Amino acid sequence: MVNIEVRNAYVDFPIFDAKTRSLKKKVLGKVGGKIGTDSRVPIIEALHDITLSLADGDRVGLVGHNGAGKSTLLRLLSGIYEPTRGTSSIRGRVAPVFDLGVGMDQEISGYENIMIRGLYLGMTRKQMEMRVDDIAEFTELGNYLQMPLRTYSTGMRVRLALGVVTSIDPEILLLDEGIGAVDAAFLNKARDRLVDLVKRSGLLVFASHQDDLLLELCTSAIWMDEGHLKMQGPLRDVITAYKGKDPFENIGAETAARLGLDTHSAVKGGDT
Amino acid sequence: MPYFCPPPQPVTFLLVHDTSTTEPQAAGPRARVIPGKSRTWARAFADIRLGLSDRELWSHLGWQDIKQRYRRSVLGPLWITLSMGITAIGLGLLYSQLFGAEIGTFLPYITVGFIVWAFILGCLTEGADTFISNEGLIKHLPAPLTVYALRTTWRLTIMFGHNLIVYFAVLAIFFSDLLGEYKIVETARVFQPGLDWSILLAIPAFLLLLINGVWVSLLLGVVSTRFRDVPQVISALSSLLFFMTPIVWSTDILSARFTDLADAGWRVYIYELNPLYHFIQIIRAPMIGNAQSGHHWLVVGGITIGGWALTLLIMRNYRARVSYWV
Repeated sequence: MVNIEVRNAYVDFPIFDAKTRSLKKKVLGKVGGKIGTDSRVPIIEALHDITLSLADGDRVGLVGHNGAGKSTLLRLLSGIYEPTRGTSSIRGRVAPVFDLGVGMDQEISGYENIMIRGLYLGMTRKQMEMRVDDIAEFTELGNYLQMPLRTYSTGMRVRLALGVVTSIDPEILLLDEGIGAVDAAFLNKARDRLVDLVKRSGLLVFASHQDDLLLELCTSAIWMDEGHLKMQGPLRDVITAYKGKDPFENIGAETAARLGLDTHSAVKGGDT
Repeated sequence: MPYFCPPPQPVTFLLVHDTSTTEPQAAGPRARVIPGKSRTWARAFADIRLGLSDRELWSHLGWQDIKQRYRRSVLGPLWITLSMGITAIGLGLLYSQLFGAEIGTFLPYITVGFIVWAFILGCLTEGADTFISNEGLIKHLPAPLTVYALRTTWRLTIMFGHNLIVYFAVLAIFFSDLLGEYKIVETARVFQPGLDWSILLAIPAFLLLLINGVWVSLLLGVVSTRFRDVPQVISALSSLLFFMTPIVWSTDILSARFTDLADAGWRVYIYELNPLYHFIQIIRAPMIGNAQSGHHWLVVGGITIGGWALTLLIMRNYRARVSYWV
C-alpha cells in the first residue's frame, strides 16, 4: 500500500533577514525592553490548509502560476518539509527529482554520479552497480558515462536523473518542472517507463507548465494558487479551469490516439 | 504488512519508507519506518539511527569532500599530512627553545597536541557549518540530518588519519627519547613514565572524541542554522582557545613556578576548567608516554553524556525546523 495523506497542513516559512537571523536582537533586545511586535520574525504562509489524499496508481499533475506553492507542495509530499500545523503521512519509498544540479558533482563521471544519486535515494552501492547497465541503456548515454558531468548538456542530465529514479523502483515519484529539456524521442521512452512504473504500484506527482507533458503523464491534477489548493480533479477539468480552455483542443492526432481518446473529436479539434 | 497507524493527534507526521510486498528481494531502497509526531524523542532517535545506517552515503560524501578539495593537485590529500608536518616541526623547534625543553620529547608533545586540536577545531568550525553548507541537499532530498553531521565528522576523521602519518614519523625518529623516563621541560618537577602498552588507550580515547564530534556537529549545526552569528563567534574565539589550551605549552611549565601545586591556587583552573584540555590529554598522554590521570576520562565521559542529552533535546524540538531555516 502506497499513499500520501495530508490533512489541514500548513507550511509557514519564517523569513529571517540579516538582522533577525542573529543573536543580536535576542541578546541586545533584552536591554531597554521590548521593541514591540515589529521585532517578530515575519512569516510567509507558503501552503495554506492543504488536505489531499493520494494512493497508488494516481498520476497527478500539479499546475499553478510561479510561486503558487507547487515546489513547496512537492517538498511537503516528499517529507523534506514537515507541516508546521496539520498532519502529513507518507507511506512508500520516495524518489524526488527536483533540482538536477543538486547532489551531482560536476567533476566526476556520469557513472559515479549515478552511484551517488542512488545512495541519496537510499540504495546501496551494490544495488546500484546491478542497475548501472540498465541505466546506461535507458539513457542512451553509452560511453559518455565515463566523462565528467560538466561535459553534459541539460538534456543529458535530465536523462541521467530520470534513468536513476526510474531504475530504483520508487513507489512515490515526485517530479518538478525541468524534465521538459529532453528531446521527443527520449520523452516517449521516459513516458512509457514512468507510466509502467506507476502501474506497478506507484504514485506520481508532476509539476509542469507544459500541457502536453501533463497530458502524457497524468490522469488527474491539482491546481495550486497562492498556497491554496484551488482545485483537484480529473486532469482535463482542472487544466480547462486553470487555462480557461480545453487542453485537448490543440492536441495532435497521434498523441490523441496514444492517449486513447476519442480520436474523432480530438482530430476535429486539431483541425480547427 | 505491519503498517503503523497514527492515532488522531493534532500534529502528526508519519514517514514510512517501506519495502513493499511486491518486492521481497533487497532490490529497492532500504526500509525506513519513522512513526510519530514531528517533535518526539522517537523521531529524534530515528533520525540518528537511520543516519548511522546510511553509512555508505556519508562515508562516500566525506571522501568526496577530501578528493574535491585536492583535485588536480599533485600531492592530493598528502597536503594535509605535509602542512601538519611543517607546522608541528616549526612549532616544536620554536617552543622547545622558548621553554627550555628537549626537542626529542617536546616535538612529539606539540605534534600530537596539534593533531588532536585540528580535529577539535574542525568539529567546532565545520560542525557549525554542517547544515548551512548542505543547504541544497537538505532542500532537495529527504535524508536524516544525522547523515550531514556524520559526513562532517567522517571528513575530519579522514584528515586525522592523514595527520597521524606525521605522528608515526615523529615517533619513529624520537622513539628512543620517549622510551624511558623524561621531563617535558627542564624545570618540570615530575617525570613522565615514557611509552608503554598504555599507548593503546589512545584508541578508545579517540573513539570518545569521535562520539563527541557527532553531537557537536549536530548541536552547533542546528543552532548555527537558526542563528548565523554562532559560526562567527566560534571562529572569533578559536585562536584564543588554541593558546589557552595546553598545546604549545605544558601544564608542567605552570606548576614548575611553584614549589607545591597547592600554591598555584586558581592558576590550575586555567587548564582544568578547559574541557578541550581533557579531550586532548586522554589522547596525548598515552601517545607520547605521559603520566595519565583518570579524572580526564571522567570529565570527558561527563561531557559526552551531557552533550548528547542536550543534543537529543535540540534534535527533538528543532530537527524538523532545519529544512525551513537553511
